[in-house]
Amino acid sequence: MVRFSILATEISKSYGEVKALTNISLSIGKGELYGLIGPDGAGKTTLFRILTSLLVQDSGKAEVEGFDTVKDFKSLRKILGYMPGRFSLYHDLTVEENLEFFATIFGTTIQENYDLIRDIYVQIEPFKNRKAGKLSGGMKQKLALSCALIHKPEVLFLDEPTTGVDAVSRKEFWEMLRSLQKKGITIMVSTPYMDEASLCDQVALIQKGKILSINTPEKIVEQYKHPLVKVITDNMFKLPEHLLNFPQAESAYRFGDSVHFASHQEINVPDLSSFLEKNDHRNIVIEKIVPNIEDCFMALLKNEN
Amino acid sequence: MKTDQPIIKVENLVKKFGNFVANDHLTFEVNKGEIFGFLGANGAGKTTAIKILCGLSSPTSGIVQVAGFDVYKQTNKIKQNIGYMSQKFSLYENLTTKENIWFYAGIYGLSTREINRRMEELLERLQIGHMKNSLISSLPLGWKQKLAFSIAIFHQPKIVFLDEPTGGVDPIARRQFWDMIYQAAHDGITVFVTTHYMDEAEYCDRVSIMVDGRIEALDTPAALKMTYNAMNMDEVFLKLARRGVVSL
Repeated sequence: MVRFSILATEISKSYGEVKALTNISLSIGKGELYGLIGPDGAGKTTLFRILTSLLVQDSGKAEVEGFDTVKDFKSLRKILGYMPGRFSLYHDLTVEENLEFFATIFGTTIQENYDLIRDIYVQIEPFKNRKAGKLSGGMKQKLALSCALIHKPEVLFLDEPTTGVDAVSRKEFWEMLRSLQKKGITIMVSTPYMDEASLCDQVALIQKGKILSINTPEKIVEQYKHPLVKVITDNMFKLPEHLLNFPQAESAYRFGDSVHFASHQEINVPDLSSFLEKNDHRNIVIEKIVPNIEDCFMALLKNEN
Repeated sequence: MKTDQPIIKVENLVKKFGNFVANDHLTFEVNKGEIFGFLGANGAGKTTAIKILCGLSSPTSGIVQVAGFDVYKQTNKIKQNIGYMSQKFSLYENLTTKENIWFYAGIYGLSTREINRRMEELLERLQIGHMKNSLISSLPLGWKQKLAFSIAIFHQPKIVFLDEPTGGVDPIARRQFWDMIYQAAHDGITVFVTTHYMDEAEYCDRVSIMVDGRIEALDTPAALKMTYNAMNMDEVFLKLARRGVVSL
């Protein structure tokens, strides 16, 4: 029998008339890095709060490391680490005091588990006497992660750790997660950044409280159905609108310096090119491409709506 | 449309807080109708510079002109000629769509007739007539952002400042939002935008990248990719901003 680190079965939760989660089922293996990808309001935080025993679901069942999130919440809380989306350390305590506080609560010391946090903590140690409220965004994030790890949890929940964080710090943060994963910790992380999905072992795409797809990043990309090209012309402003007028158009979305165009049938490049020329586009470049996670997520969103 | 006439002029802008130099001799120009991307790592000094450009904070030294007005003496004139929107602060959640429009348009001194005319046109264009009496708090985030942007340019400012406008929305809504930005620029409004999404940096006509209070690079996305021998803007940003991280 496969032992799952996190197992959720048909979890639903409503706030009054608002359905936050509808029949969410997922299973996460031990030591897996699992991504929950979706926009604001998709239900990510609600799911995290249920899995960490901070909120009780209306129906369904969830287990983390074999502990029921409702019945066994006391045992469960000892073995999980949780970093909420909003910075929730004590602003008026120093860096070191915050860390010591969390260590003490879990009946341990900074020294005992220092190995686990060393790589992260050394980066903020020079500021250990600074109040947490006075730290920069990147440093706050590192302190919060250190505090979530100080009791050596078996499972780590990170709710949007990289939102509002610049591209450099985001990259460093994911490098840290990779090295924690190597130490055997199961990590569930949520993010609105699609490019981070490709860094996970498995991802669940979530929208409006429902899971649209669960798979490895590679499989999600394989399941993309439509022929896809990227198009660049001298009139990027009007390009998506014009592409949607091409026969059998499925979608046309901006991607950086190009537009990704999907069709219901094989795309004939010369035909498309002369169609764009008729619409006053010049310097036309059309290239067949393999979809990325964001292409796939948007295709799923579009079907859903 | 993009032109060669500068609408923002910044020369040797310095802003200090005590001994800390947040903006270290910034020099750049933004042209009328341009989409200008203002990038940098957290703490690089972007917010400080934006506050100065919006007339909310005074420089320590340097010359700064926005829409032809001086940031030392004519801050009220500047405020009348710009629009501002950020992810954190945009609309009043406990007012309706209509009330928010009335509130902002009223502040900018538009006449009742003009407000009504433009409001009808806006509701029609966004196709949100049915939401005009809904509280902002009840609208989906994607709609809130589109509405916030429309209200930020409701008084037809010369420049609109967008401070991380697209955080947290789904990828389709994010793109629809950029279609609106393109339209505004096409109509002659200059767009000054910050973002952490590097693909969005590619949508800009020109991009500046701040590192530790200084502008390290400023050019078109294509030229920056060439200069830094990078596949995309993400790589350009990593190459430049990584240097600054050491001192974080």
